[in-house]
Amino acid sequence: MTQWRPPLALVGAWLGLLALLALTVALAYVPLGAGNAVVAMSIGTVKAALVAAIFMELRHRNGLTLVFAGAGLFWLGILLWLGLMDFVTRT
Amino acid sequence: MPEPPVFASQYVSIPHRDHSAELGMWVFIATEILLFGGLILAYFVYRHAFPQAFAEGSQHTDILIGTINTAVLLTSSFLVAWAVEIFSAATAKIVTWLLVGAACLGLAFIALKGIEYRKEYHEHLIPGIDFQLARPLANGVQLFFVFYLIATAIHAVHMLIGICLLLTLAIISRRAPTTRHHTALHSAALYWHFVDVVWIFLFALIYLPGRAAS
Repeated sequence: MTQWRPPLALVGAWLGLLALLALTVALAYVPLGAGNAVVAMSIGTVKAALVAAIFMELRHRNGLTLVFAGAGLFWLGILLWLGLMDFVTRT
Repeated sequence: MPEPPVFASQYVSIPHRDHSAELGMWVFIATEILLFGGLILAYFVYRHAFPQAFAEGSQHTDILIGTINTAVLLTSSFLVAWAVEIFSAATAKIVTWLLVGAACLGLAFIALKGIEYRKEYHEHLIPGIDFQLARPLANGVQLFFVFYLIATAIHAVHMLIGICLLLTLAIISRRAPTTRHHTALHSAALYWHFVDVVWIFLFALIYLPGRAAS
C-alpha cells in the first residue's frame, strides 16, 4: 500500500520552495543596495518556475501545452516592456 | 474508475477531452497573468518614482505574517499536487482529506491576512480611510499601501474562489471518483498553483524591499 504516498519530486519541490522562502527572507536583511530587489525577484522567479514545472506538471508536457502556458508570460513581457520603457529611460 | 457518459461528442477520446481542458485552463491563466500584470506594472512605475517611500512602506508591513502565509500557501499547493498525483478510486478518502487540508490552509491564510489588515488599520496605514504618516514620504507610502491593499484583496478573492473549488471537489469525488472528477481536479489545481505563484511575487514586492536598511 504505497499508492497514497506523494512522489519524491513533489516532496522535493515543496521542501525546496520552503528553503528558498527562508533564503529570500534572510537575504532581504543583507544590505546589497539595488541588488536586494534583483535577488528578491530572481528567487521569486525560481520559486515560480518550480511550481510551474513540478506542481503544475509542465515538465511532463509537450510543445502545445508549453506554448499555451508560455503565452501568458509572452504577453506579460510585452506589457511590462512597453509599459516601463518610458519610465526607466526618462532622464 | 466506472464511467457512464464518458466524453462529449466534440471529443474523440478521454485524453483529448482532458488535453482540451488543460489548454483551456492555461488560456484562462494567461488572462489572469495580465490582470495581475497590470497591477505589477503600476507597482514598478510608482516604485521607480518613489523608491524610498516604497522601501519605507514595505517596512510597515508584517514580514512575519507574510512569511508564514507564504509557507502556508506553498504547503497547500503541495497537498493539492499530491491529491492530483494519487487520485484514484482506491485513494478517494485520502484525496478528500488532502483537499480539505489544502482548503483549511487556504482559510488560515485568509484569517492571517485579516489579522494583518486589522493591525494596519490600527497603525493608521489605510489610505482613504485612516492614513497618518509624517511627511515627506507620506504620498509615496500611500501609493504603496494602495497597491498593497488592492493587490492582496484581489488575491484574497481568488483564494476564496479556490477554497470553494477545492471543497466542492473534495465532496463530489469522495465516493466513486471518475476520470471526469480527475480532470476537474486537475483544472482546479492549476488555478490553485497559479494563485500560489501570484503570491510568491506579491510577497517579494510587498514584504521584502527596504529590510536591509532598517
